[in-house]
Amino acid sequence: MARESLGKTFAMALTLCAVCSFLVSGAAVGLRSKQKENRDQDRKKNILVAAGLYNSNVPVDEAFRQVEPRIVDLATGDYVSEDQLDPQNFNQRLSAKDPELSVSIPSQEDLAGIRRREKYSFVYLVKKEDRLDQVVLPVNGKGLWSTMYGFLALDSDLNTVRGMTFYEHAETPGLGGEIDNPKWKALWPGKNVYDDQGSVQFKLIKGSVDQGSPEAIYEVDGLAGATLTANGVTHMVQYWLGDHGFKTFLKRLRSEGETHG
Amino acid sequence: MARPKTKDLLWIPVFNKNPITLQVLGICSALAVTGKLETAFVMSICLTAVAAFSGASISLIRNQIPGSVRIGSQIGIIATLVILVDQILEAFLFDVSKQLSVFVGLIITNCIVMGRAEAFAMKNEPWPSFLDGIGHGLGYSVVLLAVGFLRELFGSGTLFGIEVLKSVTNEGWYVTNGLMLLPPSAFFIIGLLIWALHTWRPEQIEEE
Repeated sequence: MARESLGKTFAMALTLCAVCSFLVSGAAVGLRSKQKENRDQDRKKNILVAAGLYNSNVPVDEAFRQVEPRIVDLATGDYVSEDQLDPQNFNQRLSAKDPELSVSIPSQEDLAGIRRREKYSFVYLVKKEDRLDQVVLPVNGKGLWSTMYGFLALDSDLNTVRGMTFYEHAETPGLGGEIDNPKWKALWPGKNVYDDQGSVQFKLIKGSVDQGSPEAIYEVDGLAGATLTANGVTHMVQYWLGDHGFKTFLKRLRSEGETHG
Repeated sequence: MARPKTKDLLWIPVFNKNPITLQVLGICSALAVTGKLETAFVMSICLTAVAAFSGASISLIRNQIPGSVRIGSQIGIIATLVILVDQILEAFLFDVSKQLSVFVGLIITNCIVMGRAEAFAMKNEPWPSFLDGIGHGLGYSVVLLAVGFLRELFGSGTLFGIEVLKSVTNEGWYVTNGLMLLPPSAFFIIGLLIWALHTWRPEQIEEE
């Protein structure tokens, strides 16, 4: 048969590839702006959720006006100027994989199990009447199956948790996936991260927190059947609020009294 | 070859020759996305769409596809359609696409789609191939939704995210069954479904 000839086979395969790639790239380009908008909206929404400012009746963009995104150099704790990194176009998730924009974490210090971390990170300042009300910090760490991505909101004392939410993870639904359960997330606000010496004491514990214990202020109930996910959450908070994470930034913020600025 | 009837193309794969329970194809995704009805439902629609359109487009060019590269060509077409579906989901149903994540992409390797392309679309006209794709997609959907129904109901006490059995974690009475939330439970349910179907339709039992 003629259609089995070598030339015909090549021609057919090439035509097919050309048509398919045209369709795929057409869809990718045509839908990109819509997809980017979705992702931005989703990120903003989750920041608002962590800060306890989300209301499904208020458009996300409107509510987000009270949030000021800044980029921070994690090593020095200083803000990065907009000329160096433009907050509009900075993609933190991608930068964590970029050798230029990230550092590898020594394995003994890699509590969160993420191997590399970005040099620069967003922080979201929520202001009320020109005073700092909350700081929302993006955090991530390995759970049982997946890297969990979330936002942790701290009060203006930079120690008390105001809220926590995860926006991406693939933990077991019903077990580790309960990190999305609003009832559980409601246990976080009011907890303290640092002790008086400034080291991170926050952790999830097995079972329920004994309210009488002096440690209770640092502790959140663990998740039944999800010890490894819970450990992951603990390590994530300890890493990101520790020396490698936002501690330098928070220290600077506190010493400069920017909380009242 | 006698022209198959529309009705047969659509309904035979649903109960008589169900791709999952009789041919035991497409099991992988049946385990992965049935923890919740919503994801199972969207996955069903995606797979049905891909199966139908890949059947039609492969059938349309079946006389042009050289025999030596036919599997590659089929995969090419299927992969293109899957990427289109994935992109559309991400643009218009962002929350669902986040939950389905990699599984939409895995439709490419779903044996049902490949199997129907090779077994049916390569030999039939576009319209019957389209219907055949829908039929097999429906067969897959029925099983997926049945499994998703049982797993979400007993695993989380909800259906489509709406609370049916008030669970203990929300101060109710229902102790959720953790096994149901784990992928292996889909194996048990599909096994039981096949058993039930064999009892109902003994002619489906393979000869030994």
